[in-house]
Amino acid sequence: MLKIIVPIKQVPETGNVKMDPETGTMVRDGVVSIVNPLDLYSIETALMLKEKYGATVTVLTMGPLNAVKGLKEAIAMGCDDGYILSDRAFAGADTWSTAYALVNAIKRIGDYDLILAGERATDGDTGQVGPNIASGLDIPLATYVRKVNDLDLEHKTITVERSVEEGIETLQLPLPCLLTVVKEISYPRLPTLRGKKKAKTVEIPVLTAEDLGLNREFLGLKGSPTRVVSTKSPKVTRNGQMVTIKDDQDVIEAVDALIAFLEERQLI
Amino acid sequence: MSEKNTKVWTIAEAANGKLKSVSYELLARGRSLADACSEQLVSVLIGANVSKAELTTLIQHGADLVISVQDPALEAFIVETYSNVLIDLVQQMKPNIILAAATNNGRTLMPHVAMRLHTGLTADCTDLQIDLTTGDLLQTRPAIGGNILATIKTPNHRPQMATVRPRSTQPLPADPSRTGHILQISLKPELVDKRVKLLSFEAETADESNLQDSDVIVSGGRGMKKADNFQLLHDLASLLGGKVGASRDAVDRGWARYPQQVGLSGKTVLPKLYIALGISGAIQHLAGMKTAETIVAVNTDPNAAIFQVVDFGIVGDAFQVLPELISRLEERKS
Repeated sequence: MLKIIVPIKQVPETGNVKMDPETGTMVRDGVVSIVNPLDLYSIETALMLKEKYGATVTVLTMGPLNAVKGLKEAIAMGCDDGYILSDRAFAGADTWSTAYALVNAIKRIGDYDLILAGERATDGDTGQVGPNIASGLDIPLATYVRKVNDLDLEHKTITVERSVEEGIETLQLPLPCLLTVVKEISYPRLPTLRGKKKAKTVEIPVLTAEDLGLNREFLGLKGSPTRVVSTKSPKVTRNGQMVTIKDDQDVIEAVDALIAFLEERQLI
Repeated sequence: MSEKNTKVWTIAEAANGKLKSVSYELLARGRSLADACSEQLVSVLIGANVSKAELTTLIQHGADLVISVQDPALEAFIVETYSNVLIDLVQQMKPNIILAAATNNGRTLMPHVAMRLHTGLTADCTDLQIDLTTGDLLQTRPAIGGNILATIKTPNHRPQMATVRPRSTQPLPADPSRTGHILQISLKPELVDKRVKLLSFEAETADESNLQDSDVIVSGGRGMKKADNFQLLHDLASLLGGKVGASRDAVDRGWARYPQQVGLSGKTVLPKLYIALGISGAIQHLAGMKTAETIVAVNTDPNAAIFQVVDFGIVGDAFQVLPELISRLEERKS
């Protein structure tokens, strides 16, 4: 049977973010975390394939132990099992170091046909870890996938549509491969009662750096090629010109003022 | 830092034999970095069917050297092959800095390469400076929905890699008197990865194509009330030479398509003019557009968050303002 792995990430709920002034990384303690909204689409894609072709879907995450909550949400939606990579040594990992750990975790989990990842996480917003994993595993990659056209189990290939700025590519990849999917691909389902029951009892194995035999030099903040030097909060407020419309005459005056403004800025 | 490792590379992108404008934007970024450390600026093109005359425009826009690897096998962007080619060039010539566009292809190729070269990559930079004492590239990027600007460096690994948002800088004017070299390198057959096949390509002709490439974006939100009303936005956008975007709300309601979505889970845009109609300005939406040069909004709610980021705001009904604005702009045209 087809085996699908879906790596997911817990992200802070927007508008609720604090930074550590020492390290410049995010303070995750005490922040409400949710499953990265864009990962719901990779989970949904996996579940659609499971329904159509039959598959087992394994969710995988890296983070503090409370990130198990996200794995259980995915299992409540219909995924079969989950693994968490959790170790103090992972703290502060950048995309390279995160991918290094995930690549080794996936190798440990073993056989798989397909890895489905979200386009990017809404906190770091890099979109790098998916391509990093494909590169690290040396499996074919298609990013920005908007549609799975066909999965040919006999020939072990998958045909997908990939969005680029100029249009849509149709690509054929051999299995195993990694796809990063965009929101357009599906609409995520809700957890089911049966799934929730399963999520309650399911055992989630914890994988540590030692379990995976990882090189400590490559882990966490210390093992990350990139360093955050400084952070600042950009000023967003602009003191714009405001016009209020109360009656029909105001409409004409407001549009007059807007046209004068656009002319002044040489925008028309 | 070794003396030899100090070249600045930018990755050019082409489609159908024509270089994309982002190739020149990257050269403008690269030129200021190369000048700051008195180094050579190199433009690298991996692809097919780009003429020598077209490559010369890279020199006119700031490159000292153009490295061109062209072959029919490189006509399609297959990341595994492009990654092999770029890694091979890097291992031979040891650049210090590599900049690529934060396009779908750039954001695919660069992490693929960075993983194997075991080096740092910073996505979607809006500012790049050089620390002259260490040679470290100081890479500034928005993170966490634009709530934070982080400056990042790669102190101990080379090359230093970054992607840069398209349209976040202007190309240098073409200078036909600039001189430079074009180095044509033939593709080594062993670098071609045949696992993935491009079966077909369908050019996007719809209005939402290349939202990020547009100077003007007219976006609608829940306040537009229904799909049909988006026609007004299309009318305004076409008068302004722009494209139509949308808030997540409008996309979720099926009034616009996902490629049109601006915001945290959609596109980040940096147009010269962004007009928001019936968009309240949730933080997720603001994250995708608040760095636009000029922002105009129309909303009935005087307390809408969108008004905090506008240069010009109208508190009023978009259905009153739009027809008036459209007819006035039509008059101006005729």
